Amino acid sequence: MSIKNALLTSVVGFGLTAGIAAAQSTITIATVNNGDMIRMQGYTDTFTEQTGINVEWVTLEENVLRQRVTTDITTKGGQFDIMTIGMYETPIWGANGWLVPLDDLSEEYNVADILPAMAGGLSHEGTLYAAPFYGESSMIMYRTDLMEAAGLEMPTAPTWEFIAEAAAAMTDRENEINGICLRGKAGWGEGGAFITTMSNSFGARWFDMDWNPQFDTEAWANTLNFYKSMMDASGPAGYATNGFNENLSLFNQGKCGMWIDATVAASFVTGDDSTVADHVGFALAPDTGLGKRSNWLWAWALAVPAGTQQEAEAKQFIEWATSTDYIDLVAANEGWANVPPGARKSLYENPEYLKVPFAQMTLDSILSADPSNPTVDPVPYVGIQFAAIPEFAGMATEVSQEFSAAYAGQQTVEEALAKAQDIANEVMEGAGYK
Amino acid sequence: MATKASRSAARLMMAPAVVLLLGWMLVPLTMTLWFSFRTYLPLRGGDQGWTGFDNYVRFVTSSSFWPAVSTTLIILIGVLVITIALGVLLAILLDQPMWGQGVVRILVIAPFFVMPTVSALVWKNIFMDPTNGLFAHLWKFFGAEPVSWLSDAAIPSLILIVSWQWLPFATLILLTAIQSLDSEQLEAAEMDGASPLARFGFITLPHLSRAITIVVLIQTIFLLAIFAEIFVTTGGAFGTRTLSYLIFQRVLESQNIGLGSAGGVYAIILANIVAIFLMRIVGKNLDN
Amino acid sequence: MARAITTNRKAVNTALAWAIGLLIFFPILWTMLTSFKTEAQAINDPPLFLFFDWTTENYSTVMERSNYGRFLWNSIFIAGGSTILGIIIAIPAAWSMAFVPSRRTKDILLWMLSTKMLPAVGVLYPIYLLFINLGLLDNVFGLTFIIMLINLPIIVWMLYTYFREIPGEILEAARMDGATLKSEILYVLTPMAIPGIASTLLLNFILAWNEAFWTLNLTAAKAAPLTAFIASYSSPEGLFYAKLSAASTMAIAPILILGWFSQKQLVRGLTFGAVK
Repeated sequence: MSIKNALLTSVVGFGLTAGIAAAQSTITIATVNNGDMIRMQGYTDTFTEQTGINVEWVTLEENVLRQRVTTDITTKGGQFDIMTIGMYETPIWGANGWLVPLDDLSEEYNVADILPAMAGGLSHEGTLYAAPFYGESSMIMYRTDLMEAAGLEMPTAPTWEFIAEAAAAMTDRENEINGICLRGKAGWGEGGAFITTMSNSFGARWFDMDWNPQFDTEAWANTLNFYKSMMDASGPAGYATNGFNENLSLFNQGKCGMWIDATVAASFVTGDDSTVADHVGFALAPDTGLGKRSNWLWAWALAVPAGTQQEAEAKQFIEWATSTDYIDLVAANEGWANVPPGARKSLYENPEYLKVPFAQMTLDSILSADPSNPTVDPVPYVGIQFAAIPEFAGMATEVSQEFSAAYAGQQTVEEALAKAQDIANEVMEGAGYK
Repeated sequence: MATKASRSAARLMMAPAVVLLLGWMLVPLTMTLWFSFRTYLPLRGGDQGWTGFDNYVRFVTSSSFWPAVSTTLIILIGVLVITIALGVLLAILLDQPMWGQGVVRILVIAPFFVMPTVSALVWKNIFMDPTNGLFAHLWKFFGAEPVSWLSDAAIPSLILIVSWQWLPFATLILLTAIQSLDSEQLEAAEMDGASPLARFGFITLPHLSRAITIVVLIQTIFLLAIFAEIFVTTGGAFGTRTLSYLIFQRVLESQNIGLGSAGGVYAIILANIVAIFLMRIVGKNLDN
Repeated sequence: MARAITTNRKAVNTALAWAIGLLIFFPILWTMLTSFKTEAQAINDPPLFLFFDWTTENYSTVMERSNYGRFLWNSIFIAGGSTILGIIIAIPAAWSMAFVPSRRTKDILLWMLSTKMLPAVGVLYPIYLLFINLGLLDNVFGLTFIIMLINLPIIVWMLYTYFREIPGEILEAARMDGATLKSEILYVLTPMAIPGIASTLLLNFILAWNEAFWTLNLTAAKAAPLTAFIASYSSPEGLFYAKLSAASTMAIAPILILGWFSQKQLVRGLTFGAVK
């Protein structure tokens, strides 16, 4: 033991000398490799010029990022001055005192301009803990040309029944056109998020008011059966492994009639990479008439971990990256369609931005999502496509793996739901809810 | 015979390696053992005290435990069988006279240099994707329905990816062994009218047994721990959750360090059972 | 007549071996080709083999976005440093096991190998906490040390098997001539074991280069090697096959080139004592 310590200490010695050489004001930011974030990295030089603060980027794929920042925050590792996190993590981490409250942002920043839905989801007991870089809900993106060819017309607020019917009508296997593309990939933030929002509109919920898992209810069976039969009939091959990205490239290649997914995708499907950019329409996510639509609410936000040595610099960066000035900067260089959406009220009051075809529908979708009242029957949790409890991510990933196995035909829907119920029960017992 | 002086010198020289590895084993192992007896939930206020064998019971009674053990063993055995069978054939082929032997050898060993993450990403996206993957294009070209490799045949696909990575290693070691085979012995057997199959079975294969043992041993050590390939391709879905992946889910995804640590202890036990098993069955080849 | 048969056989062998070699190499070749396509060409149906507009735009995008040089340097430092450090620690240990074996030598060797079976994710939290306390997170030295420990059992074992193949009489002769232990190891043993040491170096460099769990989880910006570089190109939004291929090619090219130049060494030395 002592020998090991001695050895390690001598290694630390090396490390310290190496560390001192580093520049004084450099902040390290962990972020996800989504398009808007990568665009932001391109503008980092502008920030450094304005403030003299250098920025080190740690850009990681979503799952790796989550694993990396969670390890660091729970152990107080202090590796990052800013972390990119979402609506799920923020309230939980904020409640644990792991994040620096963002309650002293400058006057010009205008916190009141942040969309209330976003600010609400990124706060704990009224204190903002992360500033939204962009926000999203989910909505239907569909091919106007195919819809017309099928002799149908998309209502602005369709039902699931209509969607299934339209999907069947648009499907053309000969020409590799699938009526509908939806997420089926395992993972709580992938297929798990989608099926949870869908279940909300079918009257299902994760837990009842006593935290009893509800996968043995008819509402869940209806959700999964509806999803599976629609996707088997009109979905793409291998939909059980498709996530956001797979569906995006399918849609852009003209292989999907409809796609229900994040509102931020709207700028991609109407952008340069898309072969169908001129034929995309938008509609609210579907419902079943029970009172809840199947759209979620999410924000990718920037937060400062408590204990960072560079709190002031980190806040300075957050104010820059999530400001209206940044939005103007992107708009000036790359056009309004490419600015980070869904975070600020003023953006949706800007007549220039409202000319973007998906702007209004994005706002309407965001406004129709209510995280504190997500389901038809009452629930004890907050969150639409998730339940904001620490156990959710792990549990929902396992549950969604069972669902994906059912989509792939490796087990029946009943078996998947029974296993999901077991998994959730196990976890809730382990966590002391029961 | 070694003198007393050289004996103590030998101990001294072994000390750094032994002490370092002892530290590397004991420090994390002790901490893992400690955590495994505690309720440790980082997202719920951290270490909440002693819980006895609860974590052990919960881990092993979970419906995911036995499937994970069997998946681990299926992948292990699948990859071992494929890499050794193909490795022997390939080694025999590469040992024959041919033009451009050096280049072929380079082509064959190349996958060994590819990072597991990269190979998993490339296989998953560029080859096995059911819409844009090369296999899908190929299947469509022949008029067949593209296969969703990573959902409909997840374990075989995973075995394929991992075997591709480890085939070069097996081939290299087996090739070195074959090159040391006495060719006169083979020729003599041929003169005596032994069929190629008999020559292979009675001369080549016994000669290779030691090399095969080495391949089994080294690959087992690495294969029990495969992680990146599963993380990238299926994320543990479709029955590909191995024991080490299950521990990952408990520790990182569910943020239950106590439960994950208990799983870690089970994984160490399983690894040692496999190791002892290996030593008993094939370990004699390592002696002398 | 006999000559004709051998030529025929050689032709068949050649054709078969080349076909299999190309098949095994194909995924790498295809990735390299894809890295020179545009994103649209990368998913084109039918796939484009050679006749497309070759472009290097993916490489310039990747270079622009990431500090490739630093990732590369960290990979070289960590893989190189851990291998060299490991060899220095392993040579004396392997020597004493090979030439002054005791009853427990075999047990110690197997025990050393068994430390490799500790599942990495199971000890992530202990190690992470330890690294925080020692201030070693995101530090190339800390990472080098960990990677060295991970590979040390393999290094010791490989060296041990090489050393054992060296006849003991030579050492005894050196001893007769009055060589000290130090000079015996430095001037007699090590030169004889050079091929073995070289291939041990190579194999462990490759293993360290490709290690993707600790290098990803114990680093942030400063010490991150190429494994972290790749994690920023896997599944972003939008089409990404060509950029992923470019990043992949950049991550594996250095080690592939090294491996190709040294493959003779590798083939010769990679015996693990399997040849007797």
